[in-house]
Amino acid sequence: MTAGDATLLRLTDVVKTFPGVRALDGVSLEVRAGEVHCLLGQNGAGKSTLIKVLSGVYKRDAGEIEWLGEKVNFASPQAAMKAGIATIYQELDLVEEMTVAENILLGHEPRRAGFVQRGQMRRAARGVLARLGHPEIPVSRVVNRLPAAAKQIVSMGRALSREARVLIMDEPSAVLAHDEVANLFRMIRELTASGIAVIYISHRLEEIREIGDRVTVLKDGRAAATNLPARTTPNRQLVSLMTGRTIEYVFPERPATRPAQREPLLTVQGLGRTGEFADVSLTVHSGEIVGIAGLVGSGRSELLETIYGARRPDAGAVEIGGRRLRAGSVGAAVRSGIGMAPEERKSQALLLGEPVYRNITLATFARYAHAGLTRMDRERAAAAAVAADLELRPRDVRRVVSTLSGGNQQKVVVGRWLLGRTRLLLLDEPTRGVDVGARAELYQLIRRLADDGVGVLLVSSEVPEVLGLADRVLVMREGRVIHEAPAKDLDEHGVLDLIMAGSLTADEVVVP
Amino acid sequence: MTRSEVAAPAATPAPADRRPGWWQRESTEPVRRNLGLIGVLVLLVAVGAYTRPDIYLNSDLAMRNILTILTQASTIGVLTIGMTFVIIAGGIDLSVGSLVGLASVWCTTLATQSYGWGGMIFAAIVVATMAGLVNGVLIAYGRLVPFIATLAMLVAARGLAARISAKRTQVNSVTEINNIAETRILGIPLLVLIFAAVVAVGWVLLNRTTFGRRTVAIGGNPEAARLAGINVRWQTLLVYGLSGLCAGIAAIMLVSQTNSGASTNGEFWELDAIAAAIIGGTALSGGRGTIIGSLLGVVVFATITNLFIVNNLPIEVQNIVKGGIIVGAVLLQQFRVGGLIRRKP
Repeated sequence: MTAGDATLLRLTDVVKTFPGVRALDGVSLEVRAGEVHCLLGQNGAGKSTLIKVLSGVYKRDAGEIEWLGEKVNFASPQAAMKAGIATIYQELDLVEEMTVAENILLGHEPRRAGFVQRGQMRRAARGVLARLGHPEIPVSRVVNRLPAAAKQIVSMGRALSREARVLIMDEPSAVLAHDEVANLFRMIRELTASGIAVIYISHRLEEIREIGDRVTVLKDGRAAATNLPARTTPNRQLVSLMTGRTIEYVFPERPATRPAQREPLLTVQGLGRTGEFADVSLTVHSGEIVGIAGLVGSGRSELLETIYGARRPDAGAVEIGGRRLRAGSVGAAVRSGIGMAPEERKSQALLLGEPVYRNITLATFARYAHAGLTRMDRERAAAAAVAADLELRPRDVRRVVSTLSGGNQQKVVVGRWLLGRTRLLLLDEPTRGVDVGARAELYQLIRRLADDGVGVLLVSSEVPEVLGLADRVLVMREGRVIHEAPAKDLDEHGVLDLIMAGSLTADEVVVP
Repeated sequence: MTRSEVAAPAATPAPADRRPGWWQRESTEPVRRNLGLIGVLVLLVAVGAYTRPDIYLNSDLAMRNILTILTQASTIGVLTIGMTFVIIAGGIDLSVGSLVGLASVWCTTLATQSYGWGGMIFAAIVVATMAGLVNGVLIAYGRLVPFIATLAMLVAARGLAARISAKRTQVNSVTEINNIAETRILGIPLLVLIFAAVVAVGWVLLNRTTFGRRTVAIGGNPEAARLAGINVRWQTLLVYGLSGLCAGIAAIMLVSQTNSGASTNGEFWELDAIAAAIIGGTALSGGRGTIIGSLLGVVVFATITNLFIVNNLPIEVQNIVKGGIIVGAVLLQQFRVGGLIRRKP
């Protein structure tokens, strides 16, 4: 009973706002039975929000969702699943300690008089796996003993057992090896042949070409284009639809002198960590801002944390100021003048219940102390100086840090390294969740630090930010540095091409 | 020219640097909580004054009764100070009661007694501190969950104490030790003064030293502490050592009170210490707690016990009341935290 090109799902002007952000700003989109509909967009374009609205995690603020021709309003993920929309998230939501069969039939186990009928459950699970072409997965095996690819199949099996008609897959290939991706595509084709629609999210253009039917490009919470043919739309058009953000940031000017002439401050040689990144070599000079562009999962954050000693490398070495840094020791890194503002401000950087000044002096309070006794007056004075320097608002350093806005919290995290003798600053997504005004101030601050001779290594998902702020840019893809160039020789298109496709499209190659 | 109506953004009242009154400031939260505990204490005294005015309102007896309460509180109070550090650091120490038993037995063996009072104090403190450090090593470097590691120590230390003492109560004949409980300085029992000294040292340690700052940091956000260059494991180890040290001090105090050491000493004291720290406002999730709060928690419990004793009420009922107070205090804390979150826009 293939429904041909019947429309299963139609979104009209869907809006979802969060305090301060319009995450979805009127998205319209339709999904037909049996198609693979690809969603494309940069980080922050609204893909995740859209998925969550579709799967009932968020409630939309405005707009309409039609499901099988009827207006619906999914109150919960359960409701969406019951209607036939299943979502396979990147971090698979399987119960690791339960068996394959239990996971596939989780929540609708065959039962009689309150007792789960285990035999029947195993038979049903076997049937589902056979339909996916994987009868070899043992249904009684505990899920945490399966490889990632098999877990994904179990996750798809669950959707199938629920008789889902739309399957949303959020970057399913990110956890898979090359030949496993081919197998994934084979399964997707079988599902679509039986009339199921797949909403496929990926950053890899070549995958979209291979498996996709139609493409919708999201930008700034809107569909920049929808229903593009996946196979024939040129890369150049897709990339240009994704780029050109509406908000223009003001970046500080680069200094005229080339810091690259100086002695290297940080030298990384052949650094690698299995499964995260491999053979990374880079240098940062004092006074230089080096940006790393790459997707989430490209190994960039892991690289930063490894340089900082928060992770232990499997290969390679880090030198700072000509001296080799002890691997795997944050203490050694901090003592040699390295500071890091980590990716997750709240979970990795701040003591949220403590006053601002204690957060600013978290790495340095021992230096103000005398014989083990802290000198809070001196700490407060030093923190107040930093707060004034960063134009922290409110200025009072005795306030509890959780009462500050995101931008001001980030200033506290960066400000921590203005005290002490920081020579090299590692910044991981320094402007995530920071409003526009505070962003400009942070950019000024970072540039001023560099002008004072600090070396900066910056990671950001926002390509314009890397290009606008950095002197030199490294592009990372799947754990490797694939390109390096001065920022002024690159543009957003070129970098996005490199990030997503691994090479510059022919007409985009920039002649140096 | 058309006049466009632009909705001027409502002039936001400058969040500015106008500081809120002290009673609204987040930084005074612990102080306000402690005032609440003092309120509870006043209430308990009022109950005492109503039910036994002959004791609570008699100037002579009242003073003596207060010193009795504080003496009662002193031993568990010392444990509570150590426990406060452990909980603020994000852990829990279930072994302290057992360590009191073990240290009391170890320091009252005939062999140890032959070294005199100095040898006994040394033995009690070293044994308990070492056991605390073992907890610390298991948790910080063996990556055991604190609950499991200290539960194992609870069982093992109790067993070791029973083994050493052959399950007999060991009478202490070193008079200097026995005299500790009898000694008064300026009318105040030495046990109370020891407790006061531990409280004072604990307060300075927590609020005025890098040790205290690191303790709060590793409990409040271990990842942030680690990424700021703090040696989280080493600090964890030290904190459990400190808790063991407190158990050693408490063991000496107990031996002086009972003139003996026994493997059953200090049973369930870990629970009293945890309860006192918690009603004193120490957050089980770590990163938050005060020494003064824990002191008040201990005194509140001791006062409840006293009220039951002076009114000749059965001990079982007292435990029911204590349980109720623990739940009430934690509910109150959750309510406050919830209020704090909701207050944000």
